[in-house]
Amino acid sequence: MKTQALAALIVLGALSFYLCTYVVQETDQVILTQFGKPVGEPVTEAGLHFRLPFVQEVNRIEKRFLPWDGPPNEMSTKDKTYLIIDTYARWRISDAMQYFLRLRDERSALSRLDDILGSETRNAVAKHELIEIVRTSKDRVAITDKSLTEGMGNVGTLYPIRIGREKVEEEIFRKAAAKLEGFGIELLDLRFKRINYNETVRRRIYERMVSERQQIAARFRSEGAGEAAKIIGRKERDLQEIESESYKRVQEIQGQADAKASAIYAEAYDSSEEAADFYRFIKTLETYGNSLSKEVSLVLTTDSPVFRLFKSTQRAKEPDLTPVGGKD
Amino acid sequence: MNEPIEIQIPNFIRNGLILWIVLAVLLVGGAITSTYTVQAESQGVVLRFGKYLKTVEPGLRFKAPFGIDKVFVLPVRRQLKQEFGFATLGSSNAKQFSDGRIRDREKSMVTGDLNAAEVEWIVQYRISDPRLYLFNVLDPEGTLRYVSESVMRTVVGDRTVDEVITIGRQEIEEEARDRLENLVTKYELGIGIDQIQLQNVNPPPPVQASFNEVNQAQQERERMINEANGEYNKEVPRSRGVADQKIQAAEGYALKRVNESLGDVANFKAMLAEYRKAPEITRTRLYLESMREVLPKIGNKIILDEEASQILPLLQLNQMKLGEGSR
Repeated sequence: MKTQALAALIVLGALSFYLCTYVVQETDQVILTQFGKPVGEPVTEAGLHFRLPFVQEVNRIEKRFLPWDGPPNEMSTKDKTYLIIDTYARWRISDAMQYFLRLRDERSALSRLDDILGSETRNAVAKHELIEIVRTSKDRVAITDKSLTEGMGNVGTLYPIRIGREKVEEEIFRKAAAKLEGFGIELLDLRFKRINYNETVRRRIYERMVSERQQIAARFRSEGAGEAAKIIGRKERDLQEIESESYKRVQEIQGQADAKASAIYAEAYDSSEEAADFYRFIKTLETYGNSLSKEVSLVLTTDSPVFRLFKSTQRAKEPDLTPVGGKD
Repeated sequence: MNEPIEIQIPNFIRNGLILWIVLAVLLVGGAITSTYTVQAESQGVVLRFGKYLKTVEPGLRFKAPFGIDKVFVLPVRRQLKQEFGFATLGSSNAKQFSDGRIRDREKSMVTGDLNAAEVEWIVQYRISDPRLYLFNVLDPEGTLRYVSESVMRTVVGDRTVDEVITIGRQEIEEEARDRLENLVTKYELGIGIDQIQLQNVNPPPPVQASFNEVNQAQQERERMINEANGEYNKEVPRSRGVADQKIQAAEGYALKRVNESLGDVANFKAMLAEYRKAPEITRTRLYLESMREVLPKIGNKIILDEEASQILPLLQLNQMKLGEGSR
């Protein structure tokens, strides 16, 4: 019987230990309620804690940073562009008691966040132009591929902004944070997660993109044709230049050579009357050699110096070396 | 019926055996729940009654049994990855990619020149602080996804579509990494960012054709220029060569002309010197020599006596020509 009593004691002890204690996780804080009414300060220290059995209920409240993922909302910017905007936020329960009293659980907290953050986002987006929530840094200049965008106007440049995405986010954050404070919620950050065009805007954007690209393509083709024409033109020019210059040079060289040769001849042949006479004589003989051929018939008389001896062997008194048909 | 009911208490209870069994169960259960293994790539975070106790390194470890101590083992040395806009199917980590239905929305972005682009990227990260990772943030991985998307859009929103698709990729990766790192630190997610890598970055499908057209046109331009250059190179160097040839030939001619003239003149001067010594006989000699060469070349030679010169008109020149032709 002694052992039975011991077993019963162990079981009883374990049960009362279970009923009188609770564990606060690192991720939790706990508000004890007695018949629905909070008792004492929220317990934020993790570990084992005591409570009154049966009467005190443990309400666990998150201590961690919590994500809020906003539903995608369609809204209009100041310049009437319809966007589907997705935001996310980070928040935590900073005042557990306040939170517990006003919202009680996370589900109602999230729906409150949906309302407040949704409407603040809508307000802020409606106040700004599309580009202000797309771009961030005011002074950034796009790196451009000159070959692609040169002479294409706005293509390849960033639209200027005055405020920028981060400032708009900050604006939403500030307003929403103030409104959430009353619920024991501290908003830590809010950002745009996705910004997408709605269907009609998207189609318009695509059309513009297509036309931009077609312009660029057309310019490339025209550039190609232009460059090619330039090269062909240069070819024609160079050919003409080369040919005419060579012609000029050839004429110069030949002319100079001819002139030089003439000078040389003249200098030699014109040196004296005798030289000139001798020159005429041998040139005439050369001319016969060159100009007479088989087609030519020649009638000679025995008076000619060559055949003179046909008739007589007498010494010629005055040899006449002028052939028949003689020279001038 | 009056007989008292005898309750048979089994022997083993009476012997206290049950207590031994209970003790044995407790002992074995305690032994099983008090050991655990931390793998080489991991660290273990030990909680006692929900409160952080310590972080342990890999190996076989002991803890207080029966749920008093709780251990979270986290792969802190493993590089983890999140994929955006696409999914490598069959990966072991289910959180690595998003639901197929939202993947299209995940990758579609607005650029700073108000165009659109589809950006796929991955974030490589590791758990840098297990304590923060576990206790500071609800769903740190989900938060990382949101932050990544926001950061990528911030960076892409500051760039033109051409920068996003081609020339600015590396810069985008770097800036996105820095921004993500900053936010993750600020949010105390217990995560360190290793790298962001852009994957496929494309214009939206409806405009892709026109982007390809630009590439084609660019190629076409190069081809046209190359062809024209080809034509230039086919003709101009040859023309230069031909011109050079002509000039060389002319120079050759010039040399020849001058040399010949010099030769002629030298010859003439020599002859003239001889001639001067005996003009008459030299003349006759030259004349006769020349005749000797010339006369054989002539087809018809008629030698007339001076007195018979009047018969000349009777000669039938035509016949002579015929005779010559028939020869």
